[in-house]
Amino acid sequence: MSISFILQQTILYTIPILLVALGGIFAERSGIINLALEGEMIFGAFIGAIICKVFISSGVFQANSQLLFIIGMLVSSVAGVLLSLLLSFASIKLKADQTVVGTALNLLAPAIVCTFGLLFFNQEKVVSGASFVLTADSYSNPSFVQGVKDNSILNFFFDKVYISTYIGILVYILLAVWLYKSKVGTHIRACGEHPQAADTVGINVSKMRFLGTSISGALAGLGGFIYIATRTATTADSGVGGLGFLALAIMIFGNWNPFFVALGSLFFGFLTCVGVLNNQIPFLADLGLSMYFYNMVPYIMVIIVLILTHKKSGCPKAEGIPYDKGQR
Amino acid sequence: MKRANLSLKQSINSLFSSFLSILVGLLIGILIMLISSLFSSADALSGISLLFKGPFSSLDTFRAIGNMIFYTTPLIFTGLSVAIAYKTGCFNIGAPGQFLMGTMCSLLVALSIDCSKNAILGVFVWILALIAGLLAGAIWGAIPGALKAIFGINEVILCIMTNWIAANLVTWVFSSTSNLINVSGGKSGYLITTDGLNTGTPDLGLKNLTHNSYLDIGIFLAIIAAVICWILLNKTTRGFSMRACGLNRYSAKYAGMDEKKNIIFSMALAGGLAALGGALYYLNPGIEFAYSAAYSNLPAYGFNGIAAAMLANSNPLAVILASLFIRYLNAAGSNFNSAGFNQYFADIIIACIIYCAGFSRYTLELIQRVKLKKKKPVSPVLEANITPEELKAILLDDLEKGGNVK
Repeated sequence: MSISFILQQTILYTIPILLVALGGIFAERSGIINLALEGEMIFGAFIGAIICKVFISSGVFQANSQLLFIIGMLVSSVAGVLLSLLLSFASIKLKADQTVVGTALNLLAPAIVCTFGLLFFNQEKVVSGASFVLTADSYSNPSFVQGVKDNSILNFFFDKVYISTYIGILVYILLAVWLYKSKVGTHIRACGEHPQAADTVGINVSKMRFLGTSISGALAGLGGFIYIATRTATTADSGVGGLGFLALAIMIFGNWNPFFVALGSLFFGFLTCVGVLNNQIPFLADLGLSMYFYNMVPYIMVIIVLILTHKKSGCPKAEGIPYDKGQR
Repeated sequence: MKRANLSLKQSINSLFSSFLSILVGLLIGILIMLISSLFSSADALSGISLLFKGPFSSLDTFRAIGNMIFYTTPLIFTGLSVAIAYKTGCFNIGAPGQFLMGTMCSLLVALSIDCSKNAILGVFVWILALIAGLLAGAIWGAIPGALKAIFGINEVILCIMTNWIAANLVTWVFSSTSNLINVSGGKSGYLITTDGLNTGTPDLGLKNLTHNSYLDIGIFLAIIAAVICWILLNKTTRGFSMRACGLNRYSAKYAGMDEKKNIIFSMALAGGLAALGGALYYLNPGIEFAYSAAYSNLPAYGFNGIAAAMLANSNPLAVILASLFIRYLNAAGSNFNSAGFNQYFADIIIACIIYCAGFSRYTLELIQRVKLKKKKPVSPVLEANITPEELKAILLDDLEKGGNVK
């Protein structure tokens, strides 16, 4: 068990959590509690897997699976947006209880997967059969293939990796910077802190909240698809192992701040990796703790952190409260 | 008088909003069935008629109804759990975790004591198992309650955390109790059942009456629990103070009520109720607990409890009806196969109904506001749906009567 392998696996586990947690930040910073992250992940993964299955069975992208991967990521983001629109419409236009609607969507997404999986594919999941992993032999340039096989640094970055890792990191950095440095990003954050004040200076609160929740849905859908592509051999079923809820937890753990959330995701990715591989890591195997213990640690840590930091929470002030112009 | 008018108006409002969400949810569900029948071999018309017939279109109606009532029992408990917490201003999304903790502790008791030779001892062990489950759930519910009350941390996030801790804990505990795993039955992912141990829930002949369904006396316990919750909330000082706390925590504190104690008590009670649901469900001799998958899937009963409570507008007695209605739809779902659909369509419809329940109240208020504009103005107390005013009205009224408000 080499350290580079553990690091590689950690990054693999981290990327979906990272993206979905950023999705949580976008929604909550705009003032909407997106409890439906889990549902959006499931739905995004489902639609992404269907697209892969359809394209593979028609043989369109046989030669270029990476292009199919990118198309799958785009489509699953759109699917996530569609489901999140149900949340934002109910919360913004109908002043719904966001927790109840989010819970409803979390029930709806697995029901949709099971229903239409059974109806069209005769099982409660979608097995797309797609594989997007890049190994040393999948590159066309022969000297590069040799380089990946021999050089340990090239090997780390190009052997047994997914392009989603690099795309995910890029998307994360771009969106996080955008949220803080751009005009629209600042407007989104203003709507989560003090929508009345934002409205007074001419910001359209509904529009910003729709935008924030949609970006959140896109990231959750993307995260869901990357999760199934890297963890379950691109098979979408009625759950993503509570990753959506874990992402919510990490968002709070990181105090709604993208930088700390990135660190938190990396830490939790590492814990997940340790949970799966603990039998193969020498000194942990000696401890003899079960994988369920390592699964529990992140959640316990979040509770402890919440207790320690409850006085200086970075929680957006107006989150979960429907915007009422009359209160201005 | 004012108070009677106010509460009557509110009950009618909430009844109306529940019907509205059921109606819209059903319509959306039917629409989805119609659309999906266009793309598959399913027959939409017979599907819709099956939806309304529920368990009555099953081959053995008695058995289907018996099972429907059995499956309603845990739902009533989780629904009550969410409702009680909601009345105190907490959103108990932790019901799945409390359900699991109740299941774990009651099964640990009921499965480890073999009473196959002594039926009377078995009943005592059953009661002991229920108490163990109740306590475990109460503790599991009190944790987020206490953290919310003391530190002011959002209970939704705390409940999500405790859910997943419970899920992993349950699998961890049972994977080390090898004598409880049904290896001899060839099902290593499942626990043994109370069948043959005499520690299961008594059925008092209900099982045979309903043609060998799962029905047992759990449903009576559920109804009793609902009545007790209703009395607690509406007829006792503690319940009054809990509701006041739910309407506005800070006003309640200002009025001299111990709002922290209320929150902790109501979350502990909510946890205990959800746990009883889990305990009664898995103590039935016919139900197996899939312990090995518990860590990755939270029990649906916990989340459906939110549906039941929202549909019942958190009225404990209405939770019984709402739970029955939800299980009626699920019973309909299990017959959908004959029309080319599948049982998960019922889940879609239920999800749509909760979705609508999320905003039906506001929609109704909107309709009333439009109506009020047309009519001449009425007394502000009657018109008010806002929480502080309502609290004030109730408080004033109680003081007039000389009631003992703390």
